[in-house]
Amino acid sequence: MYVAVKGGEKAIEAAHGWLAEERRGDPRVAELSVAQIRGQMSLAVGRVMAEGSLYDPDLAALAIKQARGDLIEAIFLIRAYRTTLPRFGASEPVETGAMRCDRRISAVFKDAPGGQVLGPTFDYTHRLLDFALAAEGEAPEAARVEAAEEAMPHIMGYLDREGLMEREADGADVPPDMTREPMELPADRALRLQALARGDEGFLLGLAYSTQRGYARNHAFVAELRIGAVAVEMEIPELGFAIELGEVMLTECETVNQFTGSKTEPPQFTRGYGLVFGQTERKAIAMALVDRALRWGELGEEDEGAPAQDEEFVLMHCDNIQATGFLEHIKLPHYVDFQSELELVRKLRAQVTAAPQGAAK
Amino acid sequence: MGENSERKAWMGLLARAPADDLDRLWRATGLVPEHERLRAPEVGAVMVRGRAGAEGAAFNLGEMVVTRCAVRLGDGRVGHGHVQGRGKAHAEQAALIDALMQGGEAVRVREGVLDPLARAEAARRDERAGKAAATKVDFFTLVRGED
Repeated sequence: MYVAVKGGEKAIEAAHGWLAEERRGDPRVAELSVAQIRGQMSLAVGRVMAEGSLYDPDLAALAIKQARGDLIEAIFLIRAYRTTLPRFGASEPVETGAMRCDRRISAVFKDAPGGQVLGPTFDYTHRLLDFALAAEGEAPEAARVEAAEEAMPHIMGYLDREGLMEREADGADVPPDMTREPMELPADRALRLQALARGDEGFLLGLAYSTQRGYARNHAFVAELRIGAVAVEMEIPELGFAIELGEVMLTECETVNQFTGSKTEPPQFTRGYGLVFGQTERKAIAMALVDRALRWGELGEEDEGAPAQDEEFVLMHCDNIQATGFLEHIKLPHYVDFQSELELVRKLRAQVTAAPQGAAK
Repeated sequence: MGENSERKAWMGLLARAPADDLDRLWRATGLVPEHERLRAPEVGAVMVRGRAGAEGAAFNLGEMVVTRCAVRLGDGRVGHGHVQGRGKAHAEQAALIDALMQGGEAVRVREGVLDPLARAEAARRDERAGKAAATKVDFFTLVRGED
């Protein structure tokens, strides 16, 4: 028999009222504006856009405020909003080679044309708490020099020219879209990259680290990491040509990994790829390492049974909204489910105590 | 193609422009063209694509928020606006400007709106490029101690 129970409306209303008050915090302290979050918490905004899979810094900042800084909750809000939007179409693939780079570094070529540009990085800081930030101070000003009109080609192009680099295979004109059709395994590279691009940073970081520690051996060098603005173009049917819809900030990571070659192919490097919305370089590097680990099959490598090689394991568990939805639902009322378990345990215990002594052996 | 490239350039400029800047410049022109909405401003999403390894198979990276609008002026000129974000007024202004740029008001609109937007964008880009350039590493080799 199924018994529906109702109740708790008043308690829920009061809980949400208190949530709103707690979100606001001490009213004697100035309220945080969405513009402040967008401008001063921009890496959190980037993460919410990337894993929310929707580029809109204002909405991401609003979601962070509403979620009291809980980024997974903010990502949840963005994912929910995303589902309300009509889809106008798909862009042309972005040209990351034409990125206006804030940052561009290579760990393999010191003298890369275009140079090593550090950008606004935490690297080389001492990770000492800066107590000056706790006090109000003057707005700092970055140094500026005349920028040379210099192209910043992808580093991979140089390795490619010598034939040392694996060529990327072409794919379908219309890539699979996991937001429209359920994900089917085995997944092709395009589907894997989509899942990884919106996957949880922490989960991918852990998996990527596991590959570095030997669970799926593929030693990676960061051939190039670049962060900057890229134009997004889409063909407009009414116009009959493509126009720019705007610009997005992206982080791209390309790795080079060793490969011994085969009977048909001379030794060449292989590659992993990460591309993520926002300034999100930890995620982009992790994505590239996990992408590379998942490519073991197409590269004729051995399945070592490592978690990062297991496509089903990685792709079905990297989405933090799916994960948190299932994880957190267990805190919601399961009174009836639990009641049946309780009765089962009581019955089993009664059987044990009622059983004759000799039968216990 | 050449004709389109000019139109593409102003449509892109309008799409990228900060909504407040466009609004201020547009109002300052004093233009209030009569028009009908062929498509009322509508907020939606566009799936942004990338390529594996920047050159291989296309894949879906994630969506971006876009607002679009289409208008027809009294004389029949049609304008389209597709702008980043949720700015409905932004999209409609972009569509009106697109329509006006196809006729007699083109010079006035270019001088009053497009040129200042382009200058402001160039200045923003220069500033960022200048800051990036200041963080470019100059390598130098330390004197080796062999001799």
